[in-house]
Amino acid sequence: MIEVSHIRKSFNGNVILNDVSAVIDTGKCNLIIGASGSGKTVFMKCLVGLFHPDSGDVLYDGLNFTKMDPAERKDIRKQIGMLFQGSALFDSLTVEKNVMFPLNMFTTDTTGEKLKRVNEVLERVNLVDANKKFPAELSGGMKKRVGIARAIVLNPRYLFCDEPNSGLDPQTSLVIDRLIQEITKEYNITTIVNTHDMNSVMEIGDHIIYMHKGLKEWEGTKKEIIFSKNELLNEFIFASEFLKDAKDMRMLEATGKIDNDRNMDEIINNDAPLS
Amino acid sequence: MKPRDSAITDMNFFTEFGRYLLLMKGMFSRPENGKMYWKEFMHQCVEIGIGSLGIVVIISFFMGAVSALQTAYQLTSPVIPKSTIAQIVRDTVILEFAPTLVCIVLAGVVGSKIASELGNMRVSEQIDALEIMGINTKTYLVLPKIIAALMMIPLLIVISMGLGIFGGRVAGVASGILAPNVYDRGLLENFVSYNVFFALVKGYTFSFIISSIPAFYGYHVQGGSLEIGRASTKAVVVSCVAILFADYVLAALLLND
Repeated sequence: MIEVSHIRKSFNGNVILNDVSAVIDTGKCNLIIGASGSGKTVFMKCLVGLFHPDSGDVLYDGLNFTKMDPAERKDIRKQIGMLFQGSALFDSLTVEKNVMFPLNMFTTDTTGEKLKRVNEVLERVNLVDANKKFPAELSGGMKKRVGIARAIVLNPRYLFCDEPNSGLDPQTSLVIDRLIQEITKEYNITTIVNTHDMNSVMEIGDHIIYMHKGLKEWEGTKKEIIFSKNELLNEFIFASEFLKDAKDMRMLEATGKIDNDRNMDEIINNDAPLS
Repeated sequence: MKPRDSAITDMNFFTEFGRYLLLMKGMFSRPENGKMYWKEFMHQCVEIGIGSLGIVVIISFFMGAVSALQTAYQLTSPVIPKSTIAQIVRDTVILEFAPTLVCIVLAGVVGSKIASELGNMRVSEQIDALEIMGINTKTYLVLPKIIAALMMIPLLIVISMGLGIFGGRVAGVASGILAPNVYDRGLLENFVSYNVFFALVKGYTFSFIISSIPAFYGYHVQGGSLEIGRASTKAVVVSCVAILFADYVLAALLLND
């Protein structure tokens, strides 16, 4: 389990994270959502140790990660896999070599064993026949899948995904979201996804943390989002009229006032406000 | 410059120098996997050594040739033997041209490559990806480059010495300034082996400068492709200035009787 306790981070006097505390649920898809500049990437980088918080603690299974020296951190980091926003694949290495890199660095397996494991994870992310391709030859979605394959090749306990859907079309985004969700369940990983894609929230969000201006504004499940009365959260999630209508319909549906299949046309064609 | 601006500049210099020292200190940690580090070291040896061989061969040959022609042009006195041209070419090539000129060119070739490679890795989060895996990126990315430069650049300097002297011979003979045997005899006259030692000391010092300063600027790039370009240019400029400064300091220290 990951516990975040009162972390604060600022850059040149500009406070980015202000006293954020949270508990990341084990074995679930935890989503950190928020507008651009809300501090979610800094929050994630504090969790994985790429940024050192000014104050506060990050605990992995009770061990204080922020207070560890670099050698001690290595043990925790070996349990972490991360998918970066731009995939962060090594340009000069093929897909196969990219995925094999952590195995080469941290295992004493034979080349055959490593190759077997690489093919396993590439198959798992639905990437076959791409072993010998270089990152420059791949599409955005393929790069993300290679990034996921590299992140899970050492069987990590924690999978961090920074904006996994950025730059992808809605259909490919859905494929990546489902892949992350499936991998979380299959490998029993604790997944932390940083996103502002509302489809992802509704698709895979078991536990959602909403950040606003460096503060944790709201926390809950995707079902609770629908009924939340938090104005900032509602403004962010249901920004468009379409999504506002969708929320109203889900609320009516949940309270039994409408039958989604039966009188949907009636609701859509009726301009009267739903209250 | 206003006093306040001056203070800020001084502060920036000390801050940058402090960060440079921290980078150097951070390089020394136990490698996660010796085999992978060895592979990276060999890769850097090829990149720095073989990759720069062509340009070193060309500039060394021509600087020796030009040096022979210009020395002959200035030695108009009939009392000075022609073999003196060979001596002057030999000593200028060994003392200055091979170590300093070659290293200034290598600061551009190797330095900009190191800075842009690390800068690109930083901007595209490849360095972060390595850190997340639990790899000390300073040790894995910077140390092999510095050791490879320390191994390969002095070798390139030695090659440059030989080619520079050979270039002088070819130019001298081809232009009819002096006969080959006169040139060869001149090379053996008043030879001071300490000069080669001095040139190699300079070579090792400059190799460290050429690899560590660009690595520092590349490793700490923040921003995008524009900043990578800026870092690369700054790395080359600072490396060249540092080479010239070190050249002066070493000459003052090691050539003063």
